[in-house]
Amino acid sequence: MSAVLDDKTRNKALINEVLEVYPEKAAKKRAKHLNVYEEGKPDCGVKSNIKSLPGVMTIRGCAYAGSKGVVWGPIKDMVHVSHGPVGCGQYSWSTRRNYYNGTTGVDAFGAMQITSDFQEKDIVFGGDKKLDKVVDEITQVFPLAKGISVQSECPIGLIGDDIEAVSKKKSKEVNLPMVPVRCEGFRGVSQSLGHHIANDAIRDWVFDKADYEKPFESTPYDVVLMADYNIGGDAWSSRILLEEMGLRVIGQGTGDATLKEIEMMPRAKLLLLHCYRSMNYIARHVEEKYGVPWFEYNLFGPTKIAESLRGIAAFFDDTIKEKAEQVIAKYTALSQAVIDKYKPRLAGKKVMLYVGGLRPRHVVGAYEDLGMEVCGTGYEFGHGDDYQRTTHYVKDGTLIYDDVTSFELEKFAEKIRPDLMASGVKEKYIFQKMGIPFRQMHSWDYSGPYHGYDGFAIFARDMDMAINSPVWGMTKAPWKK
Amino acid sequence: MPQSAEKVLDHAGLFKEPEYQEIFERKKGFEGGCGAAKVQEIADWTKTMEYREINFKREALVINPAKACQPLGAVLCASGFEGTLPYVHGSQGCVAYFRSHFNRHFKEPCSAVSDSMTEDAAVFGGLNNMVDGLANAHALYKPKMIAVSTTCMAEVIGDDLDGFIKIAKQKGSIPEDFRVPFAHTPSFVGSHVTGYDNMLKGFLTSFWDGKTRSETAAPAININGGFDGYCVANNRELKRMMKEMGVEATIISDPSEVFDTPTDGEFRMYAGGTTAEQMEAALNAKGTVFMQGISAAKSAEYVEKAGQKAVSLNCPVGVTGTDAFLMAVSELTGQPIPAALELERGRLVDAIADSQAHLHGKRFALFGDPDMLLGLTAFLLELGAEPVHILCTNATKEWTEKINALLAASPFGKEAKAWPGKDLWHLRSLLATEPVDFLIGSSHGKYLERDIGTPLIRIGFPIFDRHHHHRFPIWGYQGGLNVLVKILDKIFDTLDAKTSDSASFDLVR
Repeated sequence: MSAVLDDKTRNKALINEVLEVYPEKAAKKRAKHLNVYEEGKPDCGVKSNIKSLPGVMTIRGCAYAGSKGVVWGPIKDMVHVSHGPVGCGQYSWSTRRNYYNGTTGVDAFGAMQITSDFQEKDIVFGGDKKLDKVVDEITQVFPLAKGISVQSECPIGLIGDDIEAVSKKKSKEVNLPMVPVRCEGFRGVSQSLGHHIANDAIRDWVFDKADYEKPFESTPYDVVLMADYNIGGDAWSSRILLEEMGLRVIGQGTGDATLKEIEMMPRAKLLLLHCYRSMNYIARHVEEKYGVPWFEYNLFGPTKIAESLRGIAAFFDDTIKEKAEQVIAKYTALSQAVIDKYKPRLAGKKVMLYVGGLRPRHVVGAYEDLGMEVCGTGYEFGHGDDYQRTTHYVKDGTLIYDDVTSFELEKFAEKIRPDLMASGVKEKYIFQKMGIPFRQMHSWDYSGPYHGYDGFAIFARDMDMAINSPVWGMTKAPWKK
Repeated sequence: MPQSAEKVLDHAGLFKEPEYQEIFERKKGFEGGCGAAKVQEIADWTKTMEYREINFKREALVINPAKACQPLGAVLCASGFEGTLPYVHGSQGCVAYFRSHFNRHFKEPCSAVSDSMTEDAAVFGGLNNMVDGLANAHALYKPKMIAVSTTCMAEVIGDDLDGFIKIAKQKGSIPEDFRVPFAHTPSFVGSHVTGYDNMLKGFLTSFWDGKTRSETAAPAININGGFDGYCVANNRELKRMMKEMGVEATIISDPSEVFDTPTDGEFRMYAGGTTAEQMEAALNAKGTVFMQGISAAKSAEYVEKAGQKAVSLNCPVGVTGTDAFLMAVSELTGQPIPAALELERGRLVDAIADSQAHLHGKRFALFGDPDMLLGLTAFLLELGAEPVHILCTNATKEWTEKINALLAASPFGKEAKAWPGKDLWHLRSLLATEPVDFLIGSSHGKYLERDIGTPLIRIGFPIFDRHHHHRFPIWGYQGGLNVLVKILDKIFDTLDAKTSDSASFDLVR
């Protein structure tokens, strides 16, 4: 009890300490994003989804990152044009690790950087004519492409291009679905609006153009696994469990998805939503318009996996419920062996999280399965509903930081000295220099999958290798000890 | 069940297991794909001369370019000054991208801020963002300088950096005498090397404008490395060589410390870098050597206007390149080239002589930044290797002239063709229709290696999928040796793989 009180007092003091350094106006604004969680409260007590302050080194990205990088980019049989100058597509080329099967450049276009590479004349005279030509050339060099999306970069919305008109015209001409996405980087406050815009584009340019009157042989067990971006193969190590419990996965997305699979969402009996933040919009739309329910699940760590498989099975008949139990039973030995092997090396270790999407809450259970404790967490681009959902995961006294600045995170870690920082590549090397073990929790640090039972074993191995690496014992020269 | 606690399989092994292969097969039933036969047919077709012709007719579509945008270069340049915080005026996502790009290459932290312009700034301009941004950045990160560049958003709406910075100072965001070098870096002009040049000129202007130059009597020069993914090791090598020569060299923009800090329990946001005092004194140096002249054209022009001699090299790699560099330094300073460096030269020549039989006549394709391509091509030519396809997405007219002249001057350059303004999808067609033995370029070349089978030697930027290459120089005679070994290792690995089932699997090569 006193330890919790101590942590609470320390965390509150820490927040005051970092705020003191800001200019007054900025301190006032940042104060609303930092808090210490109080048990029993309905949310985490922070404001979110608000503009980042200029000059503070936010870790956030932009709407383009949310659309091209997250939602649209992984749809593998479409060509996604980074429409505008060369940079955005270059920096996001193959860096997110959304795995797919296919022949790149032939029937799959994931690990590629396809751009209209705007020059000064395109800014001055507009880029619509160029886009027109880009589409023609795509059909010539990529004859197996099943569609084209236009991922707008900042200038598009500023110079008044009409990518919707070009898309409508060209779609007819080349007889391919075209999807204009208004995800210019200056829109909104983070990646998050890009997700929303990308979802709306699925609604307007995929669903509304698909023919759902066409006959489709459905079964009572049809599901679409969505908002899993297949980082390191996550969607595959999730899908294996769904199929084992008797469900038919008629679509998967957007990781390793085809356009056809995206079109399947309204056909499903249940939408399984992994990343609530990035695709709840389209799930809600499908529920409202097509009457398909959705369910937010969590496949990190055996506790949450079992909970989620039961939660999914509850939508179906007894056969599925029984099979779900069989699946849980089948993997119990594996999970127990993983826990037996790694828990003794990880129990009691403290973790600070700072990630996006769903991970600031969803991975908490996996750490706890290994006896670890999350002592701080926050979202890059979360909304109020994320912070409400987080209350089911975090303990009293947890430090909460929304849209944390590099300065704050560094100060927090300096004082808290967690045994593990789990965040992104921009943070990784900072904390390792400080002697704090680190795992990238966006890309799984080039490992993964972390979802499902197969993924949990990898997760446990990776956390162990990060924390218990001999390198951390060498950070101080022996003659200085 | 493929997974076990004893032997944990991650993605590299797990998905090869039959359980997952079955899933992939079942999934195909829902994918609506074209079928394996059609995919194979088109894959084969993309490697034909017919496809190459279609591919080279592209005028608007760019596929896998080997270039990035201006502000990336500005951030690298700014990182090389002491206590300097790179600050990018415009959308925040760009800065997240620049930082992660350098994180992935150097495996090091990269500190830079954005002033997070959004819709309202698009309408009203980003002045308020600049006023608040400079104040916040100054308070939190306590820099000695803030170096401002721009994203394309700020450029399209026409924000005026000079005016904005002055107003921010008037409003008290930062002290009046606080130094803020700046550069407009539109991403729709040139590439990352252009942005580096613009930012460099911004620093030179900030320190030298309005100052009177009085040339020092000391053997003092400035050296600038340009946009260099090997800056950590190259700059150290430059400093070492200059010390050997008794030359007082100021590296203008030196990120060799900030991108190579120790893991000792402390995070250093700032480390090393060119100091303000050095920059002031640099005006009086005898001259400035630009190691990558094509990519520093505006800065070189400025240096000459300031009354200094500018020497523009093109990423000198190897014997003749290093010779030319040292002779240029010697001519500027009057310092002789010492025996110690001549000894190093002899060792590099010795190494080349030992290995030349394995290099002679080997055919190479190369892609990368303009100056580096000139340097590497010159080195290949002096090894007796044959560059065949030299592809430069961000080429300038000067590059095309220079590379053609370089190739024309050597019997080993007769087969070569320079491809300015082309991308790696063009290169794919070239490799498929006119095969070469080896490919030299950045990590992005790994897709070409996979598709065509041409072994990739990783030299360039970015190197994402190999660690610590940037810790070894490619400049100087030592650097030449590193590049030589990199090339030879790939040649021998390839030869071993090719001969592993035959009598030619020699122990001694």
